[in-house]
Amino acid sequence: MTEAPDLVCRDLVKDFDRFRAVDHVSFEVPQGSFFSILGPSGCGKTTLLRMVAGFQTPTGGELLIKGNSMIGVPPNKRPVSMVFQHLALFPTMSIGENVGFGLRQRGVGRSEIKTRVEEVLARVGLPGITDRRVDQLSGGQKQRVAIARCMVLEPDVLLLDEPLGALDLKLREHMKIELKALQHEFNTTFVYITHDQSEALVMSDNVAVMNHGRFEQIGTPHDIYHAPATAFVAGFVGEANRFKAKVTGKGGSTLSLEPESGAKITVEGVGSDIAEGQNVEVFLRPEAIELSKTEDSFDDDQNVTAGVVTSVLFNGANSMVTLKDTAFGATLTVALPQTGAFSDLHEGDSVFVGWHPSKARCYLVERSS
Amino acid sequence: MSRDASRLGLLLLLAPLLLWLFLLIILPHIGLFVVSVSEKVGVREYEIGFGNYAAFFTEPLYWRTFARTAIMSMLATALTLILGFPIAYYIAKLTKGRTKTTLFLMCMIPFWVSELVRTYGWMILLRETGVFSNFLQYVGLTSGPIEFLYNDAAIMVGLVYTSILFMVVPLVTTLDSLDDSLIEAGYDLGGTSLSVMREIVIPHAMPGIVSGCIVVFMLSLGNYLTPILLGGKDSLWFTGMIYTQFITRFNWELGSAFGFLLLALSSAMVFFGLKLSRQSLSNTMGR
Repeated sequence: MTEAPDLVCRDLVKDFDRFRAVDHVSFEVPQGSFFSILGPSGCGKTTLLRMVAGFQTPTGGELLIKGNSMIGVPPNKRPVSMVFQHLALFPTMSIGENVGFGLRQRGVGRSEIKTRVEEVLARVGLPGITDRRVDQLSGGQKQRVAIARCMVLEPDVLLLDEPLGALDLKLREHMKIELKALQHEFNTTFVYITHDQSEALVMSDNVAVMNHGRFEQIGTPHDIYHAPATAFVAGFVGEANRFKAKVTGKGGSTLSLEPESGAKITVEGVGSDIAEGQNVEVFLRPEAIELSKTEDSFDDDQNVTAGVVTSVLFNGANSMVTLKDTAFGATLTVALPQTGAFSDLHEGDSVFVGWHPSKARCYLVERSS
Repeated sequence: MSRDASRLGLLLLLAPLLLWLFLLIILPHIGLFVVSVSEKVGVREYEIGFGNYAAFFTEPLYWRTFARTAIMSMLATALTLILGFPIAYYIAKLTKGRTKTTLFLMCMIPFWVSELVRTYGWMILLRETGVFSNFLQYVGLTSGPIEFLYNDAAIMVGLVYTSILFMVVPLVTTLDSLDDSLIEAGYDLGGTSLSVMREIVIPHAMPGIVSGCIVVFMLSLGNYLTPILLGGKDSLWFTGMIYTQFITRFNWELGSAFGFLLLALSSAMVFFGLKLSRQSLSNTMGR
């Protein structure tokens, strides 16, 4: 595609009095895609979004929307709209006046505003509510009105600042699917910030994981989950068992590791920056670990250890079991297979666990931590 | 037993308020009303009738002063709102933490001294031999002394000054409760400063505006000291006229009627003000 991406940030920096909130962030969002910025609170993601919206001025770097620089352009002149964390619907106006606010500012005619407001409300699935007051709507309806209020202006980029945060769990799950469907429907570029990894993974075409003002990794949800680039991404996105080990041998991309207690394990597919004698941290997804009651049911190349069940955490399809690995003393969380094969597992049972060396990820332990 | 005790406790707690209301508000008003409908027909001879009220409507000086007081009070209220709103907006929305407290305190400090002292302060500034007059002569803008006191503008300055705090406080409170993200959303959707102010900030601040206006209007209408001191003997303020009837002319009957007319006027103004702005008394005063 020769068309410029909808949103381009290059080396964006934002300094506050005492600290750097956004530190040399660069990314591109192509037209019509759903881009999420995922990070813990205080990582600078809100500051980044507010810079895109125009409420904060970057200290350095470039910000382009559809190829035009946005530095120095005030928020009311930018082709972006924002859905605020608490939606910021105007309580003194009716729903129709709320949605029509942006069009009124552009000087669109009264009758045209009316038809366009009706049209956009119908598209978000709320036809005929223009005369209602904001407090007469449910949480999910307010959400859709807030999106309609932005979409009626046909922005190039829609920014969403954790809009699902205030909803209860059931509604949040529902709105995730709905938001994704709305994004398809309008075919507008969405930039979504959240601290909830499941929101980011479910909805996005691309996810950027942010920490301490920097992007740790940008990739598809699949890459972020299965091939995290850094220890932070591996620990922040999804559940992971983590334990420390020392590298005792290296052959190609295979490492021989010795956890603190002395057992030996092997891990495959690691980068070249790890050398013998260094300390590493091993991340292992709960669903990558297989359970068995007998030791000989595993393949030869798997890491197999014995363990004792410490607790069974039943949670429907997400049921887990925690066990103490008798070989290297770590506590492992293991996903229970959904076939119901281990439904009779109890505290104190002895089991064997095995995992393939390619399923684990290793990262160097940083000196500072 | 315990119910009786708690009822007695409640009654005792309410007693000061009830006594205050009854002895100092209701009883005097009943007395005043009785006096206002008594017509003097001879020495210590009175008849019930509305002659005192009729006197008000037949004598142009009385009702013109009345109208003048009402219009000047409305003007003072409007001016206070125009001056107070930017101050309140600045304090509530554009400052934080210590600066906010300091600015709020600076609005309050003049009210630590009595109204009389504050009004004399304005007299020192405005009189013929006062600070402004001397300064203008010193700079060379005028050749002789200028009297700024004893005109309607001086009354207006005094009224706005004495009541601005009562406008700023309710405005700061309501503007404080306006979520910043609503203002940001307004700009984000393409609003200009003017349209955000008109469509988002002012509708939100309406209860504060109305309650501030009611208080300021009442204070101006019932103000005695400021119009008399800054307006001089030509001030023609209705409270001054009531004072004259009671103290100078010793005509308590007419003075009482005037008092009731002022009460009716202020109640009517509040009623129409609320109706016009579509606010309710509980909405504006009850918070």
